[in-house]
Amino acid sequence: MRSALSTLEVVRPRSLDHALEALGRSVSGERLVPLAGGTDLFVYLNAGTPPGTRYLDLWGLRELRGIRVRDGGVRLGALTTFREIREHPVLGRRFPSLVAAAAEVGAWQIQNRATLAGNIANASPAGDSLPVLMAHDAKVDVRSARGAREVAFERLYRGYRELTVDADELITAVTLPFPPARSFPFFRKVGTRRAQSISKVVFSGLLALDRERRIAHVRLAYGSVAPVTLRARRAERALRGEPLAASVAARARAALAEDIAPIDDIRSSRDYRLAVAGNLLEQFLRAAAESRARR
Amino acid sequence: MARRARLPRASRTVLRPPASVGRSVPRLEGLDKVTGRALYVDDLRVPGVLHGRTVRSTIARGRIKRVRLDPAFDWSGVVVADHRDIPGENLVALIEDDQPLLAAEEIHHAEEPILLLAHEDPERVEAATRAVRIEYEPLEPVLTIEDSLARKAPLYRDDNVFKNILIERGDVERGLAGSDLVIEGEYRCGHQEQLYIENNGMIAERTPDGGLLVRGSLQCPYYVHKALVRAFALPPDKVRIVQTVTGGGFGGKEEYPSMIGGHAALLAWKSGRPVKIVYDRLEDIAATTKRHPAAIKLRTGVRRDGTLVANAIDIVMDGGAYVTLSPVVLSRGAIHAAGPYRCPNVSIRARAVATNTPPNGAFRGFGAPQTQFAVECHMDRIAAALGLDPLELRRRNAYRLGDVTPTGQVLRESVGALEALETAARRARWAERRARHERENRDNEARERPAGLGGAAAGRRRGETSRNGAGPRANGRRLRRGIGLALAYHGAGFTGSGEVKLGSIAALDLSHDGRPRILSASTEIGQGTTTMFAQLVAETLGVPADFVAVETPDTGLVPDSGPTVASRTCMVVGGLLEKCARAMRERLELFAERPIRDARDFQRIARRFLAERGPLRFERGYEKPPEIEWDDDRYRGDAYGVFSYGCCVVEVEVDLDTGETRVLRTIATADIGKAIHPILAAGQIEGGTVQGLGYGLLEEVRWKDGRVWNHQLTNYIIPTSMDASPIEVVIVELPYSRGPFGAKGVGELPMDAPAPAIVAAIAHATGARIDEIPVTPERLLEGLRDGARRDGSRSSPGSRRGGKRS
Repeated sequence: MRSALSTLEVVRPRSLDHALEALGRSVSGERLVPLAGGTDLFVYLNAGTPPGTRYLDLWGLRELRGIRVRDGGVRLGALTTFREIREHPVLGRRFPSLVAAAAEVGAWQIQNRATLAGNIANASPAGDSLPVLMAHDAKVDVRSARGAREVAFERLYRGYRELTVDADELITAVTLPFPPARSFPFFRKVGTRRAQSISKVVFSGLLALDRERRIAHVRLAYGSVAPVTLRARRAERALRGEPLAASVAARARAALAEDIAPIDDIRSSRDYRLAVAGNLLEQFLRAAAESRARR
Repeated sequence: MARRARLPRASRTVLRPPASVGRSVPRLEGLDKVTGRALYVDDLRVPGVLHGRTVRSTIARGRIKRVRLDPAFDWSGVVVADHRDIPGENLVALIEDDQPLLAAEEIHHAEEPILLLAHEDPERVEAATRAVRIEYEPLEPVLTIEDSLARKAPLYRDDNVFKNILIERGDVERGLAGSDLVIEGEYRCGHQEQLYIENNGMIAERTPDGGLLVRGSLQCPYYVHKALVRAFALPPDKVRIVQTVTGGGFGGKEEYPSMIGGHAALLAWKSGRPVKIVYDRLEDIAATTKRHPAAIKLRTGVRRDGTLVANAIDIVMDGGAYVTLSPVVLSRGAIHAAGPYRCPNVSIRARAVATNTPPNGAFRGFGAPQTQFAVECHMDRIAAALGLDPLELRRRNAYRLGDVTPTGQVLRESVGALEALETAARRARWAERRARHERENRDNEARERPAGLGGAAAGRRRGETSRNGAGPRANGRRLRRGIGLALAYHGAGFTGSGEVKLGSIAALDLSHDGRPRILSASTEIGQGTTTMFAQLVAETLGVPADFVAVETPDTGLVPDSGPTVASRTCMVVGGLLEKCARAMRERLELFAERPIRDARDFQRIARRFLAERGPLRFERGYEKPPEIEWDDDRYRGDAYGVFSYGCCVVEVEVDLDTGETRVLRTIATADIGKAIHPILAAGQIEGGTVQGLGYGLLEEVRWKDGRVWNHQLTNYIIPTSMDASPIEVVIVELPYSRGPFGAKGVGELPMDAPAPAIVAAIAHATGARIDEIPVTPERLLEGLRDGARRDGSRSSPGSRRGGKRS
């Protein structure tokens, strides 16, 4: 442990209001760092690079827990763990790619502690759940002592590890609308090994065809290929209104290269990421075509 | 065995003596480990202890201009030690005396220790390390084998070569000229980190008699002893080294504990207080030894039928900044470089070169995994060039009894190469699986070819693998399967005259309560030494294994039975203990004037002996078997007493879209002479196989300016249980007459074959023959793109010398 633990301060709020008040007050001095499952924080503490010395421990706040199914979708409390996501029957049926992503986060021990909002707030471009949220047009509830607001997930990141959330705001929930009827969801994490790994490329797609078998709705979301998790809008445009054909896939793949900006880093290379991002797009389209053919 | 003659007289049924050897008795120290009673060095509480830290160089090569302690920092209570505080010689004594305990002026590699700090409060000493300012005069470092050979800078003598080895048998050039086909290949393997579960750690204290007591996590107590005697200029009896419960070593705690032990001792020496240094994972990966990277070229002449005629092998290993163990790693690598195959004409030229990287060192296999990776990949390339099944090529050339190795060693007994090979092939259903994968891959390729995306898998459900012939295809994935095998051998014990020079001694005495007690410096590091030793002694004495006490390796109590390395512990030291036990049994039975019946009887007799005659102790030292001869200067003769043989077959599935390889099934056979404890032996084989899998597929040390970039568990990727396939272990037992109960070595052998077997399986699956490990997805995708071919594109026909290298 390279961090001096004796110098750290942890505030344990009794309620969400109490937490927001404490967070709001701290902004004028050393801001409290919100702490949920702590699975990312402990890596920083061990390496001697903690993000701050004052922490706001949210773990005990019941208001931030729970998965609620509503008419148009589901609402996941900020502290929903990946284990809870894995085991939720409605999520399993309606959002299989979110469940698939949850199953690939770290390992069981991590999934028991790590939270959805923690994954969002840590803002790593490699966050496993983030492309799924983006592909499903998720909305994020944020709240401060000043009030509450809703932010579209795809507008949540301003830049590398930088959120559009203000310093006194907390993420309280994530809302996912049910996907269009008969849509095809897809998730694929390409990590450094089969478990306990960080993504080299992580991709989630969602696609629905119209009666003419043309692509009516499509979302392509990638992680680990740019400073932030992003939607491949050029590639989406190349697909929208087109049939599921190899030539279309090739055009989308070419467009994808303009959407993403992968780099060489400790886990992989730019070339690999470019190639795999394109391959995964084609794999997604093949899988969608296979799925159609089976109907 | 004597035991059979000593059955009780008057019983109706024949009572079997408590047979121990060959049975998987409970691990002697197992209960302590699973209940948490066993304590690592970091768990030990020592009153008044200071926590030590090491300040290391941040540059790879240069000079220290100035070391400054930031005056703004509160240095009270901080003990600071540098090279000037070393009472003896500033070196880590091993083979050559070139590595300093602390850098004085010149920096030869990044993470080289410069300054030591200690404080009562671990947080304070951590902060203190950040308040040390070191100014350097940096020099351009030499970081690769190529730059070292090109003498980009002079690092060691005039050629940067730590050690040169030449092994010659027959006439290679004539052999190549007379071959039907000459096939060339060049292979590379990178660093590998041992990644034992417990990091390096030591506690040192001054003793009232003016000496040193050093306890810690280590493999070789007498190595640390030798190093500290020199560094502290103390008489040998004033330095005492004690092993604490050790969480793995894999060679990583062979030589490095002399360094960290010396550091802890120096801080203790200066402060007069006990000092504990325990590395965290970041420091352990960044600063300690790794497996030697290697670049290996083979030029092999064969007849059309696959018979090997000549093999010219060139090996270069990266030794890192200091000599340390590189000469002996190179030696083992060179001796094993032609693989377990008969070949009349062989030349092996091997060099270990200096670079400005942390010294590379011992790691399970000790040079042999590198060279056998190369020769096994090459055998597959030869098979492809000849259109032969890789199994058949090996079958034709594998060592038989009476064959002669490149050093001229005649294989007189216990040659299990063919048994290991055939057993593995049979178990794997080699031919059937091979044909099936080829058929399925063809079918998949054909199905994927049409330009349309739709309907490719019509009628089949997602993730389904059809029963006959359609092969794997799941959710849009393009998958290919393949099977590969590799055969390896591994010499047990120290190389050449090593065992003679070591002159190991082990002892057995009677504890005060009348039990046999094993005294040796051989360490339990997770592999099962304690239990296996107890079994060997128990079997010989006719008592159960848990009746035997095993003394902690403590240089104040035990004789020097040599280092716990080189697959020698069971075969060499275990053999000495068996002899001690035989002598003890004879002595006690002579004293009792009757055979020993069981443990209770043993204890009764032993106690009576202790009371009437006093202590009883037997010591046995290594004696060179008369048939073994080794010539160090010419590198000729019996390199090892005997070899173990192993074969690994793997089946893989490659995802063409991501380059990811998944190992589906592994078969590992091992001829180890005799499994003293079958479960522990199988555990060794499974563990080594997974470590080999990591070596072949995942484990890559990435460097930045001579420093390890990925020095975290997050980014240095070893296989998890999810990455390992089920492993079927088959132990083959061809006994060795000089080993205890026929046993040979087991520890390192399983490391040799998995990596080339995986490369072969990937080539079978995809057609891409990757000559460098690990075969990361990045490397494989690149290989697939460049169309790395499996055929003999590198081969040159007929008698051309030095055919063109592509």
